[in-house]
Amino acid sequence: MTGGAPDGHASPPPIGREDVVHVARLARLELTDEEVGRFTGQLAQVLAHAADVAALDLAGVAPTAHPLPLQNVLRPDEIRPCLDRQEVLDGAPEVEDHRFRVPRIVGDAP
Amino acid sequence: MSGTEWETVVGLEVHCELKTATKLFCGCANSFGDEPNTNVCPVCLGLPGSLPVLNEGAVERAMRIGAALHCEVHPSVFHRKNYFYPDMPKDYQISQYDEPINVGGWLDLPDGFRVGIVRAHLEEDTGKTSHLGGDGRIHGADYSLVDYNRAGVPLVEIVSEPDIRSAAQARAYASELRAVLVAVDASDGRMEEGSLRVDANVSVRPAGSDTFGTRCEIKNLNSLRSLGRAIEHEAARQVALLESGEAVVQQTRHWDEAAARTVPLRSKEEAFDYRYFPEPDLVPLAPDAGWQAAVAGSLGLLPAQRRARLLALLDGAGDGEVSAAQADQVSAVVDQGLDDLVVAAVSGGAPARLALARAANEVAADVEAGRRLPVADFTKLVSMEGDGKLSASQSKEVLGELLGAGGGDPEAIAGQRGFEAMSADSVVAIVNEVVAAHPDEWGRFAGGDQKLMGFFVGAIRERAGSSFDGKAVSAELRRRLQEA
Ligand SMILES: [Zn+2]
Repeated sequence: MTGGAPDGHASPPPIGREDVVHVARLARLELTDEEVGRFTGQLAQVLAHAADVAALDLAGVAPTAHPLPLQNVLRPDEIRPCLDRQEVLDGAPEVEDHRFRVPRIVGDAP
Repeated sequence: MSGTEWETVVGLEVHCELKTATKLFCGCANSFGDEPNTNVCPVCLGLPGSLPVLNEGAVERAMRIGAALHCEVHPSVFHRKNYFYPDMPKDYQISQYDEPINVGGWLDLPDGFRVGIVRAHLEEDTGKTSHLGGDGRIHGADYSLVDYNRAGVPLVEIVSEPDIRSAAQARAYASELRAVLVAVDASDGRMEEGSLRVDANVSVRPAGSDTFGTRCEIKNLNSLRSLGRAIEHEAARQVALLESGEAVVQQTRHWDEAAARTVPLRSKEEAFDYRYFPEPDLVPLAPDAGWQAAVAGSLGLLPAQRRARLLALLDGAGDGEVSAAQADQVSAVVDQGLDDLVVAAVSGGAPARLALARAANEVAADVEAGRRLPVADFTKLVSMEGDGKLSASQSKEVLGELLGAGGGDPEAIAGQRGFEAMSADSVVAIVNEVVAAHPDEWGRFAGGDQKLMGFFVGAIRERAGSSFDGKAVSAELRRRLQEA
């Protein structure tokens, strides 16, 4: 994998440092300049690999939703035991009134 | 643009909490109003290593909704909708994105207007946040408390086409959809508990235009009243903007019921970049034809069919046209799930209009008791009233006791209370007495002064006491008028 597209195949979508910074921001990741550079190169390789697949003639091939050839994995609608509340809340940084206490929220619910 | 006639265009998104025993992807109880954080497990808390497994009961209910809305069932997949907000501990919500389970369809409103359905897909609900400290509002709050009992509760989101043209029509759609969701046993229909939540996409355009204006999405509509008012206010706001030469900006707005206005939500642009991708921990859902047919066959009667069934009974009774008030009683009785009682009473020989009226008025005042009321007792009571063995007021009193006691023999109860209907002879005798006592009033009444009907009925009621039978008395008075 060199990151370049094989002859005759579609070029990989270009990815720049600003894309990596944007994606990192969406995932709430704080990256150093060195990391941004490293991940820009690695992500370009991943995209180049996807471009190899995109270059194939896949007309009439259904998208793969899951690597396992399974569907309709279901459970009956029956109540199972929950966790003990104290045990659950013991793992929280802050608790008030049997609820998780979280810092001030900035922005609206999506 | 002043002087332009404006048309309001509305599409609705209705989130319906499904009436399952458990959550969508775990076995925690789906139960409203429990102690905070008592219905939580590793799956709905998003703990590492936990895996979701789809609830068959939720799929079944989603398919019932689809079948009732004439949708097609499609093979579907679940996606992760990624966002950072403490109402979901996983930092994503599992939802159906571009391959929903139900596609296309429609809902016919009671007046016959058809609203198209785009899709009805499965997703999980979020936890409940309460904002505390500061001024208690979300942005002024110092901190928030989160209860994850609701996180993972199954929802079906029903998206309509932008076919709705007024606030009243939006209310009619939401109300009919609610009735359908209750009828197919998908929802308890309790808007006040958040079981049904509505978002409205509202835009305006010059009447006759066939392109859509810029729309705003209005959230926080938790009653039919809020829905109607919010749409009216939002449409007026947009018209005022356009008439003053400004543009409508596409945005999400929050309905403030107390201030009767919509206000923009503050959201960062990137908050809407949800980076949907297929949920790798779930496999595709593709109900086969057999399952689909079983679901469609188990639907039972829908509200429109139930209304039609009652109207046919009234029509078939042969005592005149169905009045607007009776049509309202039909809708009310169907909404409250009391129509089976009326139909059973009529097939047991009770008069249709009387059975409908007693169900819509007296039984509807205590629906829970009405559901427990034995059909045979209700049928016998309404028949006794229909045969003139009980006056209307006596019948209501006996019915009250039947409802309170969960049934009983109406004849025995009437006997204990000393209820005897006015016999035909006693009606004539009392009317004679009252007419003789008021010769001047009778003269004016006989001369055509209809207002005196009330006077005579009142005087006769006083003399007859609890055995008073308004119908028999009115009939006797009218008979005499014709003779006079
Ligand atoms: Zn759970």
